[in-house]
Amino acid sequence: MQDHTVATKPGRNDDTNPSGTAFIRAMREGCRQNGIRLFDIDDREQGISHVVAPELGIVLPGATHAVPDSHASTVGGVGALAFGCGTSELAHILATQVMALKRPKRMRARLDGRLGAHVNAKDVALRLIAELGVAGGRGYAVEYAGAAVRAMPIEQRMTLCNLNIEMGGRSGFVAPDDATFAWLEGRPFAPAAAMWDRALGYWRTLATDDDAAFDREVTLDCTALEPQITWGTDPSQVVGISGRVPEPGAVDPSRRAAAESAFAYMGLAPGTPLAGLPVDRVFIGSCTNSRLPDLEVAAAVVRGRRVAEGVVALVVPGSSSVKREAEAAGLDRVFRDAGFFWGESGCSMCAGGNGDRGQPGERCVSTTNRNFENRQGLKVRTHLASPATAAATAIAGRIADVRRLLAGVA
Amino acid sequence: MQPFVSHTGVVAPLLKDDMNTDQIAPIMHSRTLKEDYKAMLFHRARRLDDGSEDPSFVLNKPQFRAAGILAAGHNFGAGSSRESAVWSMLANGIRVIVARSFADIYRENCLQNGLLPVVLAPQDADAFIARVVAVNGDAPFTIDLVTQRISGSGGADIAFEIGAADRTRLLEGLDDIGLTLKHMDEIVSWEQRAAKAQPWLQDASDGRR
Repeated sequence: MQDHTVATKPGRNDDTNPSGTAFIRAMREGCRQNGIRLFDIDDREQGISHVVAPELGIVLPGATHAVPDSHASTVGGVGALAFGCGTSELAHILATQVMALKRPKRMRARLDGRLGAHVNAKDVALRLIAELGVAGGRGYAVEYAGAAVRAMPIEQRMTLCNLNIEMGGRSGFVAPDDATFAWLEGRPFAPAAAMWDRALGYWRTLATDDDAAFDREVTLDCTALEPQITWGTDPSQVVGISGRVPEPGAVDPSRRAAAESAFAYMGLAPGTPLAGLPVDRVFIGSCTNSRLPDLEVAAAVVRGRRVAEGVVALVVPGSSSVKREAEAAGLDRVFRDAGFFWGESGCSMCAGGNGDRGQPGERCVSTTNRNFENRQGLKVRTHLASPATAAATAIAGRIADVRRLLAGVA
Repeated sequence: MQPFVSHTGVVAPLLKDDMNTDQIAPIMHSRTLKEDYKAMLFHRARRLDDGSEDPSFVLNKPQFRAAGILAAGHNFGAGSSRESAVWSMLANGIRVIVARSFADIYRENCLQNGLLPVVLAPQDADAFIARVVAVNGDAPFTIDLVTQRISGSGGADIAFEIGAADRTRLLEGLDDIGLTLKHMDEIVSWEQRAAKAQPWLQDASDGRR
């Protein structure tokens, strides 16, 4: 899959992002030499690997999946066990078909209750990372369970599992259920006919036993959860949309130095309310939030409205298939009419590996997964949030509570 | 892989928790297939806004320029799985990282490349860091994987734990692929069992073609 290095400009080719040209060509040549199917830059199903693999039914419940990218466990949303890995580990897998691993500890994250309107998996995941910390999942494989997860569409389950690494967990998944099976049926690489029935029989055995033991159990009641947003420079520095940048005294002493450094980088004084902060840029995309329902949610907020003066707003679909489906539904027009850039699919501004970056000092609300210093461009100040919050922010020109914007009170 | 037996060198204290791989090895603006891993290491953290060296960054200080060992905080190497965050350490002669804890993928990437990841118990880490800070690069420490001990000025030797398999791999510089291929019979028989149990995985293909 060509994803990190590809340009998102319409009419792109190998050279549109000059810093990616050598990679794109080397990848093409390597795949050709080794007989590996490549989703190349002009393939009608090119996209972000974590988006495309489940979309085409390449990854299935109970399958083991390894990707040289830390967000591999996105596909845990369909009940696959996935591992992000390094380059050497990938070479090992290609040479031996296996991975050498220490058995991870088991964690169950039970997400109870019902999500309120305009609150979704992104908000839940950010809150969980805030509660457990950026290393809370280290050494664990995490099963996401509970009523809130069961009620989530598959795309949201993928968002949830995608962010597992942001609390340090290498693998995260949701046990597959009828919603998973219905979502997968008929996808190009999924089994069909009699083989489908056989697979289904096996997949139904994958649910966790009622008496299964875990090394750690955590619970989160999602009922009263409001939209969440990061204020700092790691994904655990999170508050509700009505919240404020914390006072140093309210931060755990072991995390205070990190908070102080984040205040400085983000240009935010303790006590500053998040809602109302002017922004320069909004990015909707990445393996976290670029599937069709993410774009639908954002378009519903944007429809009939305009991006605020002076704000650069981008939507980059997670795959060429998502892009086509969104265009068939007219979403591209909704975004373009509002003043958004509508790009070709890829990783884009998530890591900036394709040249899509912000300018120094810009404040950016982004549906991506990492708010690290300089990740979206030198000195860019990233706030992670859901597609709904990002869309509302683009319209308001300030960090916005989507619920208030839609109710006409912001 | 280059074996690791023992290393004697200056220890640079880089004690911030949650140092992520974006910081360790930023994506460079002009990428090539032959990256300059030496220049990549902490490329941004090492520099001031005008592009000149930041003299306050620990690896820019004269006494730590040739450091072969890093003392680090919690969750070192968080974030992206990029292995360049290990290669850039080795390109700068750093062979050991002594941390309070490592991110899972980063630790694995270290082991794949002969970079020794040492985790110390909290009290030992406190003591070691205090000694590193006190000696301020004036005298070296020795990290010995055979005896699993850290020695150096300012106190008694500190013992550390490491899994037996990881230790052997490092000591002998063993190629992981070669080690795994010794188990080829088991792998093949597992694959045969898996193919029977889940034939839809083995036979996966694009149904439209």
